[in-house]
Amino acid sequence: MQRRWDVVVIGTGPAGLAAALSAREHGAREVLVIDREPEPGGILLQCVHNGFGLETFREDLPGPSYAQRYIDLAEKAGVRFLMDSMVLSVSRDFRILISNSQQGILEFQAGAVVFAMGCRERSRAQIRIPGTRPAGVYTAGTAQRWVNMEGLMPGKRFVILGSGDIGMIMARRLTLEGAEVVRVVELMPYLSGLSRNLVQCLQDYDIPLFLSHTVTNVLGNNRVSGVEVCAVDAQLHPIRESAEIIPCDTLLLSVGLIPENELSLKTGVLLDPLTGGPMTDNTGATSLEGFFAAGNAVHVYDLVDYVSQAGQAAGKSATLFAAGKLPARADVFPVRYEGAIRYGVPQRISCSSLAEEPLVLQMRVRQPMEDGAEFFVSAGIGGEATGELLFKRKFPYARPGEMVTLTVQTSAFASLKECGGLTVRVKEETA
Amino acid sequence: MKPVEKELICVTCPRGCRLRVLTDGDKVLEVFGNNCKRGASYAEMELRDPRRMVASTVRVCNGERPVLPVTLSAPIQKRLIRQLLREISTVTVEAPVKMGDVIIQNVLNSGINVVASRNLKSAGKTH
Repeated sequence: MQRRWDVVVIGTGPAGLAAALSAREHGAREVLVIDREPEPGGILLQCVHNGFGLETFREDLPGPSYAQRYIDLAEKAGVRFLMDSMVLSVSRDFRILISNSQQGILEFQAGAVVFAMGCRERSRAQIRIPGTRPAGVYTAGTAQRWVNMEGLMPGKRFVILGSGDIGMIMARRLTLEGAEVVRVVELMPYLSGLSRNLVQCLQDYDIPLFLSHTVTNVLGNNRVSGVEVCAVDAQLHPIRESAEIIPCDTLLLSVGLIPENELSLKTGVLLDPLTGGPMTDNTGATSLEGFFAAGNAVHVYDLVDYVSQAGQAAGKSATLFAAGKLPARADVFPVRYEGAIRYGVPQRISCSSLAEEPLVLQMRVRQPMEDGAEFFVSAGIGGEATGELLFKRKFPYARPGEMVTLTVQTSAFASLKECGGLTVRVKEETA
Repeated sequence: MKPVEKELICVTCPRGCRLRVLTDGDKVLEVFGNNCKRGASYAEMELRDPRRMVASTVRVCNGERPVLPVTLSAPIQKRLIRQLLREISTVTVEAPVKMGDVIIQNVLNSGINVVASRNLKSAGKTH
């Protein structure tokens, strides 16, 4: 395998595949994607349920089919794959150090790099559940991999903590495979995943959901024998008197995802503490010139179609940079997301790239706004008196579990150079 | 018969509209709370003949993976789901498999096929 590549993409999930495909489509000659797994597709391979690709392919596909389509497109476009290989480090001068069991240590030189490592699940240690440490406490994604890819069942009687989509989808999947899911427990007073999953994953199979409840103890020695579940008060503190022991042999955790950035951090890319991912601009560029990022490594998405779009943008920018055609970074301005918006991406915008495509701003709100939410994008940064209102849009509702996307036509930004940045706000409507 | 109001959450898209459906027996009189036309047809279908997409896995013989993900060519009646899973659990396929290959034809005489969700190579051949 050759040493020099125009664009190297790390990760073969939906972001990496779209980035590599887009790099070839935009004229990069030598494009390599690297993954530590034996086959490309990333987490899509274990998401056997339907619901993917309604935007991209106008079809309701299972995860593996969505991946297969991109794998086929990338292979046809001449993208090269290096599988079963672990990227150890990426230096600032674009040297990529890799290890695998076939070739030992490899070093490649890239013209540009795209980070697309996805995210990892929050584990028991990160949410500090007291109790013993028996076998039988797993993240929902680990159980998903065992059931859907290895053909293994991790238990017989389950309690699931967290009402995220993976947790609810696993509740259904385990039920279909003959296990008993005795309840799903959610700390917050609202569902953290999509309402449709409440219907088609929990209600269809009579799986009870307990909102404003949490697991306060794990019982059992060699294997989980049960968990203690408590109701929580408005401050999310457990109410001791409500404690109840639920016998089970497995506890699954669906308690959040964290962007994976060990590599990018080591290279020196700046991360946003709110998202846990690199600060990026609208072209996918990170704080380090020539290094791009896309997908769940940047922030956790809820629809794969948007991940593919982000990968496509990053692949294009990486290609332009490698060819020396990316305009200098003179006109980069900050975007600030304020008030009831928990976080948003991109954190910066590059003016020179705005001429071509509309600007896509994506964000999550802090708490549900069921009676409507209006979003405002204005010129200028900080302070009460920001500049001219450039864009506004009203939504019938806004929920933390569902990302809000604002697509702003670039004609609105004629004066951006003078205003120095953008501020995004939301106003909750009341019934 | 006196009209009865039922509550449903539409599962057609990620939005999840909360529907209130006025029914007379199995006839839908009116649907409230839907933000698009699909909500009304979902409510009618959900009360008359509820259906779901179902995805699962089947055993693989001589494949690079022990199981193959499968899905349906169209949504199936909710009441058939348990039986469908029993059918799927009896199947073993021989690798290689191509995405879209029919794994079970006309499952449970429903007119619906169980199909492969991805390609799966034979054991030993890696990417």
